Amino acid sequence: MKSPIITLQDISKSFGNVYALDGVSLQVKAGEVVGLIGDNGAGKSTLIKILAGVYTPDSGAIRLKDQPVTDWNASRSRQSGIETVFQDRALVVQQTIVRNIFMGRETAGSSASLLSRLGFIDHKSQYAEAERLMRDIGFTSEVFTPDSIVGTLSGGERQGVAIARALYFDAELIILDEPTTALSLTETEKVFSFVRNVKASGRSVVFIGHNIYHVFGIADRFVVLDRGKVVLECTKEDYQTPEELIGFMQQVAQSEGGTPSGSSEE
Amino acid sequence: MMAKTMTSITSTSLFIRRNKASLSTLFFLVVMMTCFLIANPKVFTNAAIYNAVFITLPVAIFLVVPLVFTVTGGEIDLSFPSNMAMASWVFSLLIQKGMPPVLGLIVAIGVGMGIGVIIGLIVVYGHLSSLVCTLGFNFFLRGFIMILTEGRSITVLEVQDGLFHNVLAGTFLGLPAQMGWALLFTLICVLVFNRHCYGVRVRCVGDNPQSAEQMGINVNRVRISFFIFVGLGASLAGVFSVLINFSWWPTTGDGYLLTALASVFVGGTPTWGGVGTVVGGALGATIVSFMETGVVAAGLTGFYVQFFKGLIIILSLLAHRYSSKRYR
Repeated sequence: MKSPIITLQDISKSFGNVYALDGVSLQVKAGEVVGLIGDNGAGKSTLIKILAGVYTPDSGAIRLKDQPVTDWNASRSRQSGIETVFQDRALVVQQTIVRNIFMGRETAGSSASLLSRLGFIDHKSQYAEAERLMRDIGFTSEVFTPDSIVGTLSGGERQGVAIARALYFDAELIILDEPTTALSLTETEKVFSFVRNVKASGRSVVFIGHNIYHVFGIADRFVVLDRGKVVLECTKEDYQTPEELIGFMQQVAQSEGGTPSGSSEE
Repeated sequence: MMAKTMTSITSTSLFIRRNKASLSTLFFLVVMMTCFLIANPKVFTNAAIYNAVFITLPVAIFLVVPLVFTVTGGEIDLSFPSNMAMASWVFSLLIQKGMPPVLGLIVAIGVGMGIGVIIGLIVVYGHLSSLVCTLGFNFFLRGFIMILTEGRSITVLEVQDGLFHNVLAGTFLGLPAQMGWALLFTLICVLVFNRHCYGVRVRCVGDNPQSAEQMGINVNRVRISFFIFVGLGASLAGVFSVLINFSWWPTTGDGYLLTALASVFVGGTPTWGGVGTVVGGALGATIVSFMETGVVAAGLTGFYVQFFKGLIIILSLLAHRYSSKRYR
């Protein structure tokens, strides 16, 4: 049995009087790829932002490697080895690629000199790190260097920067929120091969997508959200083709708020 | 040989590209000074006019440099003129009571930064527009001073010829010592802005606060720090202004509101946040200061000062707009 990295228990989150999440539990174990699916407004992004520490849940508990955590926030989440590629990419477009990669951890990648301990940035070594990173994930171009302004890059290249940032810090868990939206076919394929590499290196991935064929091809396990609730947790053994899963989701959508009969397992 | 020349060319062009805003401000300053020199060579080849400007220019620099951080971070602080008066008021009162001026300076800085903390907390946690809230604070604090002093000024002759005065605002190598302190302040701020993680965070927050927050930057803390930093600059400006004039007026700082703001933008920091230049801000303050003295020295009457000030602000904004592009 693989050890859990993070466990969310009975999480609820509302915005005003809209329940975005209503008693959701989710566990991510070491080395697995979890596909999180659901329609628009199902609560996928809210759940991701709770995992990433951007939102604090109204109620429920978060356990990190079986230790309960309090004062959960974005910085704490990253320190715990969770990196997120947000749907909006969370880039600062007037800054350079280097600055985006090290945003939030500005002194990382520097030598342990007195200046860096005082909070000064070792630009030279960060530049070299960024250059290596970009080369590693295959986002190379003659046109841009790590000192290029992100605003001059294309959509796919910007996504590359966001993914490079998630990769840099040796995270145990990488969360990808709709990483293939607005990407070309080749760029999408690049993202998939990146997820496979991450999995091969023993790290975990939570992959969110609205395209079930995409998610099905890549995930080991699926969690289906509908109107703020988990309506199905299954593996590829339970649902062997994407079509079966789509059929289930259509059933959920038609059942107007109630959960269909297939969701009672576990 | 060939390759070496190539790299030096590309590194020069890189330097120009990265410092476009401050370089174009410098260019503007040179053009303006050349015009003055042609208009009145006698005055502008004499050191006296430069010395005259360097006496009060430091006060502007202490105000403008922190404002560059604030504007880059996507906020604005209009309370600095009154904050400057508050801090230097406390400084003057303490000197009058016989306190050592060094302690007075420390307390004054505490007052300036303390007011910054209060304003920052109200703006950030009250979800207020910093423009309107700090404008309100500017009136409020000035009113507070007016009520308590009933408009009376304070003379601080006690500091004259003392070590404190001579080190901070005496004469050093024939130049006003405060110019050295202002340059040191600017240098430290340039390093912090460009090389320290604080400066980087300021730019990230100004660029896209949501992204900064998602990446674990404590956006609220950074935003509050802008107002504290402006308070620090305002208190230094206030103390230097008292040391230069040997007196404190209830209106201290009033005249700096629009000129300090103009200097930030003349210096090449755009209004939209995310990018800015500290060197440009200091150069912008220099342009505005020389403007005021220069127009009169060039032989025009004082009636022309505002006209040329406006002209220079508009022209410099056009120049910066032309040379820089906003990325979204």
